[in-house]
Amino acid sequence: MGKRVGVEVSIALADAVKLADADVIAAYPITPQTHIVEHLAELVAEGELDAEYIPVESEHSALSACLGSAAAGARTFTATAGQGLELMHEVLYVASGMRLPIIMAVANRALSSPLSVWGDHSDAMAVRDTGWIQIFTENGQEVVDQIICAFRIAEDPNVLLPVMVHLDGFNLSHVIEPIEMPTEEEVCDFLPVRRNPLTLHPSKPVAMGDFAPPVVYTEAKWAQEQAMMAVKPTILDIWDDFAKKFGREYKPVECYKCDGAKNLLFTMGSFSETAMTAVDKLRDAGVDIGLIRLRLWRPFPFEEFRAAVKNAETLLVLDRCISSGGPGGPVASELKAALYNEEKKPKVVSFVGGLGGRDITVAGFEKIILDGLELAAKGQEREYEIVGVRE
Amino acid sequence: MQNLGVYASRLVTKEENFVPGHRACIGCGEALAVRLAAKAFGKNTIVVNATGCMEIVASQLPYTSWKLPWIHTLFENSAAVASGVESALKVQMRKGKIPQEDIKTVAIGGDGATVDIGLQAISGAFERGHDFLYICFDNEAYMNTGIQRSSATPFGASTTTSPAGRAKAGQMSWKKNMPEIAVAHNIPYVATACPSYPFDLIEKVKKGLATKGPAYIHVLSVCPTGWRCDTEISIMLGRLATETGVFPLYEVENGKYKMSLVPEKLKPVKDYLKLQRRFRHLKPDAIEAIQSRVTEEYEKLLEKAV
Ligand SMILES: Cc1ncc(C[n+]2csc(CCOP(=O)(O)OP(=O)(O)O)c2C)c(N)n1
Ligand code: SF4
Repeated sequence: MGKRVGVEVSIALADAVKLADADVIAAYPITPQTHIVEHLAELVAEGELDAEYIPVESEHSALSACLGSAAAGARTFTATAGQGLELMHEVLYVASGMRLPIIMAVANRALSSPLSVWGDHSDAMAVRDTGWIQIFTENGQEVVDQIICAFRIAEDPNVLLPVMVHLDGFNLSHVIEPIEMPTEEEVCDFLPVRRNPLTLHPSKPVAMGDFAPPVVYTEAKWAQEQAMMAVKPTILDIWDDFAKKFGREYKPVECYKCDGAKNLLFTMGSFSETAMTAVDKLRDAGVDIGLIRLRLWRPFPFEEFRAAVKNAETLLVLDRCISSGGPGGPVASELKAALYNEEKKPKVVSFVGGLGGRDITVAGFEKIILDGLELAAKGQEREYEIVGVRE
Repeated sequence: MQNLGVYASRLVTKEENFVPGHRACIGCGEALAVRLAAKAFGKNTIVVNATGCMEIVASQLPYTSWKLPWIHTLFENSAAVASGVESALKVQMRKGKIPQEDIKTVAIGGDGATVDIGLQAISGAFERGHDFLYICFDNEAYMNTGIQRSSATPFGASTTTSPAGRAKAGQMSWKKNMPEIAVAHNIPYVATACPSYPFDLIEKVKKGLATKGPAYIHVLSVCPTGWRCDTEISIMLGRLATETGVFPLYEVENGKYKMSLVPEKLKPVKDYLKLQRRFRHLKPDAIEAIQSRVTEEYEKLLEKAV
């Protein structure tokens, strides 16, 4: 059994990458991700991790180097945030289209302009359709656990897709938390050495990244999509196995005080813990409210989500991103889409808040819940409500 | 030795690594250059190809012209992808995950991929010192997207984005000197080559591969489609480029310049220009300007080579 230690989440994340025995790490600094690649550089410099550390000249090259590395069979890691993720954008599609098991930690950050180094989910939402498996984490323990799971998921022969592990910039990346670090033996046992079905090597020449005329492009994309849709059972199995070995359970959708609740609040990421406290307080005050949190963002767990909200009348959704000129929060609109064909479905009230590092306190969440319930009763005039704007 | 040409050609392997059946245009100098380079690669080479003509003509699913492990990802990142491939091989051999052997990494790209959009990735990979060879196949424009100018397009050339018109006589800037940019990175091996001199090209590719650390070869590749020239004169035009001093052949080993070929007397540049309809609008004063620039650059190079 590992020991519980008080440690900064970024450092613990880097230690988890070490436990996974990554072969190649491509690194380009961007706040609030820097502590991750800095600590990895130290681990490599100290000889604690035998890896090639490539200090690239841009995020575009960071992910490109990861592409080459993963294609040549190495276990590969990088980390980024905000603008860095945007600069990687075109490479993200190539990684998933080529079915390369690259692991990337994203310390979520707002996008310029105005320049903001602080957190929200705009970067994640901008890349939601890139074909990566995406996991949102809530606390430091989960970050460590999901990084280790991510390697196993990505490299599973039934999956072979890249994985992003999202952690909120600063709110999660920079906090010090008590975290139980697994031991090397435990991780070795859980995470087998990568087996490479098809890699770049002269012993068996393969061509990767050919161009596809219209007669085959659809088929190629459909094959990729089928792979993506088929990964959920594998992820569930891996999380089950993780629970057996490490005693911590993870599910695509988590419910908190949802039993019998007619009204539900929906969040993703580290705000969930604050939201839970708000739910506790309102429950004590007699308000009918529960909380659901989404962990697996891609592939979207339609089944689990629908089951979680099937008895609810109201669903209050907090988005930390604006879909500009569109329906409001991107998550809220996806949830609406997921429910549209259901016969019995909750009324969805969309909130946008917590942008660019703006905190939402327990009292803030209480207000969101109470306002949301009122809006649900009388009807929402706008597509979404923006939280906490100072006039 | 007499009949050197006949003898030398027998030394070149008959084995092809870039095989027929690809879709390059008739007379394509770039496809020929790639084929010759691929002979020099040998079997133990992984090729990273940037987007451009050579990727498109050789890789339509479900076919490939490459008998080597080959990967294409994007237009601007072949040097970065090669960095990853080289690092992955190194670490996996060190950790015993794959057998220890000598596997080379080569990145290739057109002039657009090299001198424009991919320059940053190339510069980064050179600076970090990855053990790989980068080859630019320079056909002096973005040919794959329909003959648009690049910063390797020569002064005066008419392209679809630098068309010759009443107010402008084609490309109005001078060709970016990419070999010099590579030299400025202090990498151990830089060379220029042209498939019109096949043995020289093959030797240089072999040297580049054998170099420990980054190596760079800039290959002038005649493109009849984009240069608006007759398809049967590609080889001859490549030679004329060298014989006029427009594209001198040289090597820079650890900073030391060496000319590969010094014609007794340079031919006039107009002999080269007149065979290409991309230059046909040029007035005598423009040709004169090109001539004096070529002479000046050539002399600067000769001085460095002493
Ligand atoms: C980011 C991006 N921008 C533009 C393109 C379109 N594009 C594909 S190939 C190409 C030109 C290639 O020119 P060059 O590198 O000179 O090679 P050539 O085709 O001439 O051999 C362009 C502009 C692209 N694929 N990606
Ligand atoms: S356009 Fe030019 S470089 Fe491209 S295949 Fe045709 S001849 Fe070759």
